[in-house]
Order: sequence, then C-alpha cells, then structure tokens
Amino acid sequence: MNSAPPLSPVYKVPHPLPLDSGQVLEGCEIAYETYGTLAADKGNAVLVCHALTGDQYLASPHPITGKPGWWERMVGPSKPIDTNKHFVICANVIGSCMGSSGPASLAPDGQPYAMRFPVITIRDMVRGLVALLDGLGIDRLHAVVGGSMGGMQALSLAANWPERAARVLVIASTARHSAQNIAFHEVGRQAIMADPAWNEGDYYATDAKPDNGLAVARMAAHITYLSEAGLTEKFGRRLQDREAKGFNFDAEFQVESYLRYQGTGFTRRFDANSYLYITRAMDYFDIAEEHGGKLADAFAGTQARFCIVSFDTDWLYPTSESRHVVHALNAAGAKVSFVELSAPHGHDSFLLEHDQLDRVVKGFIE
Amino acid sequence: MTLRPDLAAIAAHVAPGSRVLDIGCGDGALMAELESRSGCDARGMELDGALVERCVSRGLSVVQGDANLDLANYPDKAFDYAILSQTLQTATRPDLMLDELLRVGRRAFVSFPNFAHWRTRAALLLGGRMPVTRALPVSWYETENIHHVTVEDFRDLARMKGAKVERAWFFSNEKQIGAPAANWRAEFAVFELSR
Repeated sequence: MNSAPPLSPVYKVPHPLPLDSGQVLEGCEIAYETYGTLAADKGNAVLVCHALTGDQYLASPHPITGKPGWWERMVGPSKPIDTNKHFVICANVIGSCMGSSGPASLAPDGQPYAMRFPVITIRDMVRGLVALLDGLGIDRLHAVVGGSMGGMQALSLAANWPERAARVLVIASTARHSAQNIAFHEVGRQAIMADPAWNEGDYYATDAKPDNGLAVARMAAHITYLSEAGLTEKFGRRLQDREAKGFNFDAEFQVESYLRYQGTGFTRRFDANSYLYITRAMDYFDIAEEHGGKLADAFAGTQARFCIVSFDTDWLYPTSESRHVVHALNAAGAKVSFVELSAPHGHDSFLLEHDQLDRVVKGFIE
Repeated sequence: MTLRPDLAAIAAHVAPGSRVLDIGCGDGALMAELESRSGCDARGMELDGALVERCVSRGLSVVQGDANLDLANYPDKAFDYAILSQTLQTATRPDLMLDELLRVGRRAFVSFPNFAHWRTRAALLLGGRMPVTRALPVSWYETENIHHVTVEDFRDLARMKGAKVERAWFFSNEKQIGAPAANWRAEFAVFELSR
C-alpha cells in the first residue's frame, strides 16, 4: 500500500522536526484519533502510544482490516481508560504507514521517500507526539500510556519532557533494547532486504512489493510475542487439515499455517520500509545512553507518578527489564508502582483479556 | 477501616507530611491511612503480586519486590521513615535488614511478634513442641517466620547496630500494654529507631 486511507485527522507540524540523527524532517504529518471530550482546562488528556506494528486505531475499527481497535477492551466508555472521563489520543508514530510521515510518504520532490526517509529514534517519534500535543494545546497530559514500543515512548516522554505527563504507565516494555531484541529485529530486516522485490526500498511505483520478506519478518517476530507454553497449548504438534504427515514442505503443522496466515495478513496493512525504520528506532533505544549512561539520571527530579507492569511469561521484554527501570526510578526518588502479572500468553498478554491488568490500569489512571 | 494495633501505633506517630516507605505493606492499609490522614508521601514494597495489584488498584505507589534484595536500590535517607511491620522475623538476615532500614530512612518503625510471650514460653516449656499460639498461629513447618525474636533480643540487636530506641509500644490481645515485663507480657512489639 502506497498511502493510508485519509480517514484520521492529520496534524501538519508547523516547524521542521529536529531528529536525533542531526537531520530534520520538513513538513512532518501526524495522523491521529481521539476518543472522548477534552475538558475545558485540557487536564483530562491521556496519550496512548502504540507498538511496533500498531497504529492510531486504538478504539475504533481499522480502515483496512475492518477489525476492532487494537485496545478496544481497555479504552472506551466505562472501560479501564474511561473515555467518559478522559480525552484519549492515539497517534500514528512517524516512520509508520497509517497516515503519519514515513518512508511511503511523498518527499518534497513528489516521489516517495523510500530509503531517503531519515533514520529515526524512539525519541524522534515522541518529538512528533509532543508537536501534536502542542498543536492540540495540551501542556500536561493526565497520563501517557503504552505497551511494548508504546511503553518505550512513554518512558522517553517522561525522561525528555518530564513536565508533559503527570502519570506514566509502561506495560511489557523496557528502557533499552537488548542484544537478543536487536538480533530478532535484524532477522526481520534481513528477510525484507533479501526479498528481490524490496529493490533497495524502491518499490512503491511497482506492483511487486516485498511481501514475502515482510511476511517472514512478521512470522519471526510473532514467535517472540508468544510464550512457548502458549504455542504448545494452542497448536501442540497438531497437523493442519490432514490426518498424516505428507512428507513435503507445505504448512504441515498448525503452527506453520498460523504463522503463514499472520505473515500474509500483516503485509496487507503494513509497509516493509516502515518495518525497517521502526525496528531500527527500537534497536537504537537506550534511555540511559541518552542521559550519560545512568538510567536514574534520566528521571532525576521527575514529579510524575509511574506504574510499571510486566508479565511473567514475556521473554521479549522480561520482568528483569522492568525491574531495571523500577530500580532506576526508586534511585531517582520517583513515585513508582510495579507489578509482575501472571499470564500464559507471553509478550502479547498486554493486548489480551486480563482482569488484573484492567484493575491496575484503572486504579493508576483515575 | 480500623488498622491493626501495631499499624495504628505507627500511624499515630509518623509526623504529618513525611516521606514514608512501608516495607511489606500488604494491602496498603497503613499507606492509605498515612496518605489520607497525615498527608504523607507513602511508598510501599510487597512481595505478593496479588496484594501489590490491590494496592495499585486503589491508587497507592507500591513496588513488587523482595525487601531482602530490593532495598539496596534506594538512596541513603530517601525517606523520613522506613516501616517494617511484622516482616523482620521473615527476613533472610534481620540484622542486615535493620541496617538497610536505617540507611534508607532517617527513622525506622519495626513491629514483630514477641517469641518470649508467656504463652509461647509455656507452649514450649510444658508442651515440648514449637508453639502455635494466637500471635504465632502457623506450625513450624509452614511458617514464614524463620528468625523468631524476643523483645530483649531486639533491644540487643538495636544496641549492637548503634541504633537508638526512640519509643516502643507493646500489645497483648489487640490492646496496648505497659512496658514493664513486656518481654513476658507482650504478644507484639513496635519500636521506633534512629541512628
């Protein structure tokens, strides 16, 4: 897909957006959705940050897939993040492909940026979000909330714009990408770049997209979102639509069929170059490095309240990473809560049904 | 909501507006009291995730953690008070935990069941078995209390650690009792320490 459907409002950042690389992004656009009503004092705004392959369709149907919003169970009237009380904002991050500026967007020369799009960081994504908040006239968020890469943005906002959020809720996330995290992302990037259709990122004018490479990237990543026990429970060694092994390389096992389905489904809604740019941004992520090497220094003097949540079966961003953040926040004297929740589904647990998570989110946000 | 007597004694003697760390905060009853009644900035630490969730759900700042390990992450004198209620006897090293309390807090409140209460003594002396009493209701094989302590033992430890006993309160049958013969008469003790 070359361009996102023009369904979300788009904020045009009225100034060049400075980037960590030293480059600037001219004419930056941010597509966003809002839910609920902004109070007269603008004090009830909650910013929800999305994950790697997420988007602004937080609590409303996705325009391409038609599926419900990705966190509809958490955000809405009388939900834990209650849109009767709060004005909830979710914006597509820069580098992505659902209406915000990214590699599929047109550069000033009228051609898609492709690999000419500047390499961005998580902090650059947050610069875009802060520009949007400026545009909406919101000086201080009631809360910033995010899971996975969304949690990284929430932490980055708290570290770099400490006055902009009163509450910071970080779920199944980390303050730095580990070697293992980077390694899995590199597998995904290499899968995309090994697809002949990738064509050095220059494929927007053709019908051939690097869908095969992107699907493989998604398949590899998807495994990291699930727990071994969850995969075993869901698929075991069961065969797909057959009674006996066929001695061939079809999707013999149910788990293979499932991953193939996840991979191809993903290519219908996501741009391969965006996948390269966003995974790179995540790999560069290390808040301590941005603040002289000591994570506690990133949060020195913060007045925000923090809540950090991890899941016991999440091996992508394990509890130890959350504890690392909590210890730094303790050292900084920040007001912090932390709980490790039990859930069978690994990293993806933050998106799934979980009553305890609901109660923690509701209690913290109120 | 009525607080457990040892917690009520602590709540009554924490200076309003203090920064407080409640270690082993349970469901957050003391923290809630300190925040709502005394305007304190209360933080908690609790090992049990279900209790942490209840605390966070009611808006308290509680970290799921192990006091044996995680106190080390707090800076010196980060709090006006460090509170350890009925947890000392479960610590891996109560002596080191006392050091940590007095490092992170300017003052510390410590409460514990007194193993030298006459019922406990009688159960051991006459029954010849590890006491199971009103104050210590769990059998030896499943109790979390791995370091039983008496009022006099605690005074000795405080002295050895160079800690000053500022105040002490004693309880029997949920009521406060006087200090005389507390090592016989008290089921629970609360000490306020400084160093």
